[in-house]
Amino acid sequence: MAHSIAGFGHPLEVRYRRLPGAARETLRWLGWIGLALALYTLLLLVYGRDPLLAYSDILSSTLGSTFGISEVLVKMVPLVLCGLAVAIPARVGLVNVGGEGQLFIGALTATWGALTFASLPAWTLLPLVAVLGFLGGAAWAGVCGILRARNWLNEVFSTMLFNYLAILVVSYLVFGPWRDPTSANYPQSRLFPAAAWLPTLGDTRVTVLLFVAIIGVALLSFVLSSTRWGLEIRALGGNPEAARRNGIAITRYLIVLMIVGGGLAGLAGMGEVAGLHHRLNPAVSSSYGYTGFLVSWLAGHRPVLIPVMAFVLAVLASGGDILQITQGLPYAAVTVLMALILFVVLAARARGARTA
Amino acid sequence: MITIITLGVIAGALASGASVFYAALGEVVGQRAGIVNLGIEGVMLVGAASSFAAAAITGSVAVGLVAGVAAGLAFNLILGLLVVTRRTNQLASGLALWFLGAGMSTLIGLSFTGTHIDGLGEVRLPGSAQLPPAWARVIDQDILVYLALPAAIAVTWLLWRTRWGLRLRAVGEDRLAAFAAGLHPARLQYQALALAGALYGLGGAQLALAYTKTWQEGMTTGRGFVAVVIVIFALWRPLRAVLGALLFGGAVALGLQLQVRGLPISPFLLDMLPYLLTLLVVLVFGRPKAFAVPMGLREVFGGTSK
Repeated sequence: MAHSIAGFGHPLEVRYRRLPGAARETLRWLGWIGLALALYTLLLLVYGRDPLLAYSDILSSTLGSTFGISEVLVKMVPLVLCGLAVAIPARVGLVNVGGEGQLFIGALTATWGALTFASLPAWTLLPLVAVLGFLGGAAWAGVCGILRARNWLNEVFSTMLFNYLAILVVSYLVFGPWRDPTSANYPQSRLFPAAAWLPTLGDTRVTVLLFVAIIGVALLSFVLSSTRWGLEIRALGGNPEAARRNGIAITRYLIVLMIVGGGLAGLAGMGEVAGLHHRLNPAVSSSYGYTGFLVSWLAGHRPVLIPVMAFVLAVLASGGDILQITQGLPYAAVTVLMALILFVVLAARARGARTA
Repeated sequence: MITIITLGVIAGALASGASVFYAALGEVVGQRAGIVNLGIEGVMLVGAASSFAAAAITGSVAVGLVAGVAAGLAFNLILGLLVVTRRTNQLASGLALWFLGAGMSTLIGLSFTGTHIDGLGEVRLPGSAQLPPAWARVIDQDILVYLALPAAIAVTWLLWRTRWGLRLRAVGEDRLAAFAAGLHPARLQYQALALAGALYGLGGAQLALAYTKTWQEGMTTGRGFVAVVIVIFALWRPLRAVLGALLFGGAVALGLQLQVRGLPISPFLLDMLPYLLTLLVVLVFGRPKAFAVPMGLREVFGGTSK
């Protein structure tokens, strides 16, 4: 409700206006982040854990060694892609909370391709699997985009409920028709042929998808800032009604951006099955789709900031795994920390306008 | 046979729909005050974990219920700090609340996974013992199932027949106009969040204490999100929310009945029924009707690029 009447601010809206100044801005942000850490420290103390040890464990296990950093990158790649899956539709005001489901469906279609065309050589099989992963996530999100564009159902609800459906579909397949007959105890698909394994960098577990993610970010920034599409997208995000009256095809953008976003989440799912697990199982995602939502909101949906935020959250996620071992803290403790960070960032960035 | 399955579905619909119903009822209050809460899932989880922990420690179901309601109420007020005081984006804030609730409930319930509690027993109406078992199961429900309809009527009364309700709805339609008319939008929205949170907590408590009688991480499995969808289907009216919750509960119960009867369909596919049905009913019956939507929600669903 930031409209103004006759050039004056709305009479009922009292705003906090801060003096511009980089130092002051930085200080303010540090204060907010400090608040999140203070709350988290309090929580750790309540649970009788040593907060300093927890923080140092997180940092030393992730950034303290080459292996640690490589494991952070392993988590960062799907987070970048899932962050983009949220950020791209968000540019026209769509809230895609279905990254998790889109990732699962992408993993599913990629698995289908890898197992069905197993005899193809790597140079055809890998691109095919990647395209299938993208298409799977894209189709899953595209349905929600169509429902929204036709004004039938808000994408928030469809994408969220689709998450539960996607996970159940994957469970059905790996417990049922796709179950590997040789792994009796654990529900999972058959192993991918070696030709469908994503190449890794050196002896780390980081796959070439890292470059795809970075190129994606660069391409997207370029499209948004320097093309006609980007201009129209920014116009739509700013004032949909004005954009519509200027002849911008709003419906098409709503659907296409959902499809692109979902496709990138699907690509993340492809990366998990083809690069890491080499088969489909119900634990294919470590909540990357949901964490991707945090990534995008922390980055303010700005493509260039997404890898940065993905890296930060990947550090926390890796640290969360370590804390389970060193401190016996469940992974949920890190979920709490991530949520607190999102809370303070939302609060810090809000208009802060007060009415009454 | 058909009768028995039907009765089983009805009995199950009541038992499994109750938690969704209380959540949807709370969300009617919240959305009437102009706040869409996507964090219900998290608040329900916190309510479920707190109620279960309290019941397991004290051995008293009543204490468990009170703990669930209190935890839901307190936890939901966190959303107020964001969306009322700081005026943050409601959808993102709600999801942040969900993450927080998912994490917190896991920590609260950590030492209670697999713990046994007696839980909330069924109300034994006189004469239910004489009925055939399949019929008796329909009416042998916990007290919260019986209180659902009175609760819906009470909230309807509160929102449409009291001064407070009128003011609350005025805030939900247009905050600025309500403020100009001398109301306190922020205070009213906090009050709405408190009532809604208590109801979410009650829904979570029903799930943990009466329906499953266990605590499990993420045990709400989307019920909080379904509740928001039900509110749209219900066109923001409490009594229609009863119907929506029964449909969801019925789909859950039908899946379970078919599994128990040994139908050769994967349980994972049957588990999809409630979500598919929820999507279907909101698509068919929940098409946005301009006059039914509280105007204040337009801002929330309109454009959310920031």
